[in-house]
Amino acid sequence: MSGGINIARTDKLRAFALLSPAYLWLTLAVFLPLSAMAFFSFLTEVPFGDAEWSVTLTNYSAFFESSTFSRLLLKSVMLGVKVTALCVLIGFPCAWVLAKMIKGRAREALFLMVILPFWSNSLVRIFSWAIVLRGNGVLDKFVNAIWPWDVKVNLLFSEWAIVIGLVHSYLPYVILTSYLALQAIDDSLIEAARSLGAKWWTILWRIVLPLSAPGLLAGAVLVFVPVVGSFMEPRILGGRMGTYYGTLIEDQFVAVFNWPLGAALSFILLAVVLIILAVASPILKRAQT
Amino acid sequence: MSEVRVNNIVKTYKTARALDDVTLTFPDGGFFGLLGPSGSGKTTLLRTIAGFVEPDTGSVTIGDRPVVNVPVEAREIGMVFQNYALFPNMTVADNVDFGLRVRGVTGNDAKRRVAEALELVQLGPLGKRYPHELSGGQRQRVAMARAIAPRPRVLLLDEPLSALDKSLRVDMQIELKRIQREVGITTIFVTHDQEEALTLSDRIGILKGGRLVREGRPQEVYADPGDTFTARFLGEANVFDGKPEGSLLELLGGARVTRPEKATRIAVRPEHMTVSTVEPEGPNVLRAELRQRIFAGAMGTCVLEWQGQPVKAIARQEEFDGLPEKGAVWLSWSDRHARALTVD
Repeated sequence: MSGGINIARTDKLRAFALLSPAYLWLTLAVFLPLSAMAFFSFLTEVPFGDAEWSVTLTNYSAFFESSTFSRLLLKSVMLGVKVTALCVLIGFPCAWVLAKMIKGRAREALFLMVILPFWSNSLVRIFSWAIVLRGNGVLDKFVNAIWPWDVKVNLLFSEWAIVIGLVHSYLPYVILTSYLALQAIDDSLIEAARSLGAKWWTILWRIVLPLSAPGLLAGAVLVFVPVVGSFMEPRILGGRMGTYYGTLIEDQFVAVFNWPLGAALSFILLAVVLIILAVASPILKRAQT
Repeated sequence: MSEVRVNNIVKTYKTARALDDVTLTFPDGGFFGLLGPSGSGKTTLLRTIAGFVEPDTGSVTIGDRPVVNVPVEAREIGMVFQNYALFPNMTVADNVDFGLRVRGVTGNDAKRRVAEALELVQLGPLGKRYPHELSGGQRQRVAMARAIAPRPRVLLLDEPLSALDKSLRVDMQIELKRIQREVGITTIFVTHDQEEALTLSDRIGILKGGRLVREGRPQEVYADPGDTFTARFLGEANVFDGKPEGSLLELLGGARVTRPEKATRIAVRPEHMTVSTVEPEGPNVLRAELRQRIFAGAMGTCVLEWQGQPVKAIARQEEFDGLPEKGAVWLSWSDRHARALTVD
């Protein structure tokens, strides 16, 4: 009896010892910074130097007092929806081609090209897009070189520029997760469906999409969450157009130096994103079956 | 239900010829077994009929309809895959319903036909289960029901029983034969298991290296294989080469045996070999060395050696019991059991 308990206890100890690096990491990298931010969000003033501070809820109530904040949050959520939709529409077919139509060396080469954006600095990437999209830029010159009439292409400082930049940055997530999901689908399932008389859209709708939905959803979440809070792309590619909820938070930290308000706005964003995911998950789960 | 014909099918992959000028007719309502070792092109031929493989040259007709340019989904075929390929996200009933729905059969009509198909394969009450909740044999039945439900013109089976264990496989063979008889659909199936081919088929075709080497009723082909490959692939055969001496054939060591149809090579099945301790009368007698006797119930197998060549004989129990463990014996067969083989 006691032997059994001892074994259970040493097992638990061993498990704890083995897991402790992970817990330590989570504590240092996630829990501590988040709790510090949560603490700041209830203060009147950042407790640095000899600033006087007290506990308050005004930072949260400020969000509801001015419609600017909620308007910007809605704008950011809509940006997230647009970018996620585009990433799915472009990424899923790309993943299909990679997983089912291309074999061998060509696939490796294409994979490299998909992952390439990950290897470049995001600032460099965004400024490259600025050079391409601005008036008299690369895109403008290219269009005018093949188009017989004179046109002005200046996408910089528009919502389109922001969307293009974000889609380019986050597309690989959707391609990679969808690729993994699609590769797990046995080719014989598709052959079986064809032998039963199904056209490609029936196969896509009734077999491929339901079976790859988990991967596709994982990719969509990986895109949606960071895009809603994005600030670099809107700022550089959006110019005057580029005021979003993410840039608003950034301003509180780096320009206005109102950390408590920035922290409160961040937590409201976190809550809204979690609510959206919670509401969407049962609907998406039902779509799977 | 339709007759299926393939004419002069050639299919080359890079440098390898998967199918080399294959012409074959699969009779209406028959159960046709395509048999061959791996790499013989049997699966390629089946997939050509299905439409997954496009032949370099040649034609395929299902019924009177040429289908080489018809995509798979419009060929009206039913196919059972080696791994069954059941849709994991659908129930058994939805799997069976799939082919009906894409053909526009819905409502009560579809429900009735799904129930009929599941009844046919004796899975009536399992419609609401998911494929992962079924055993291997049940999945096999669902795959059959799904393929048959839309009433295809031809049923194609790709090694349908190879994923099952031995005892279940024998049961499913009987079951498969029953279902095919009941539905009366032209069925083509691919196997590397010669016993399975002999049991199930009305006709068999034997492929080797992309070529059709023999085609016919199983009994016919077994009794008169015609070439060395077929003789050895379908059952077992003792093959002897000799020099022609008029109506006789002189084998190694000077023994003379009857020569069928001007042959220089003959085959005798082990079950047609007689082993005895006294020299028998008549022709076709060889002096051989008995190496081993293997008891196996009603029949026993004798492993012998003649002129350095292994020879196998199957003996009935009483004959078997009268033989020594080892030593010199006489081997003989009657004229009608020696078959001429072509030398290739």
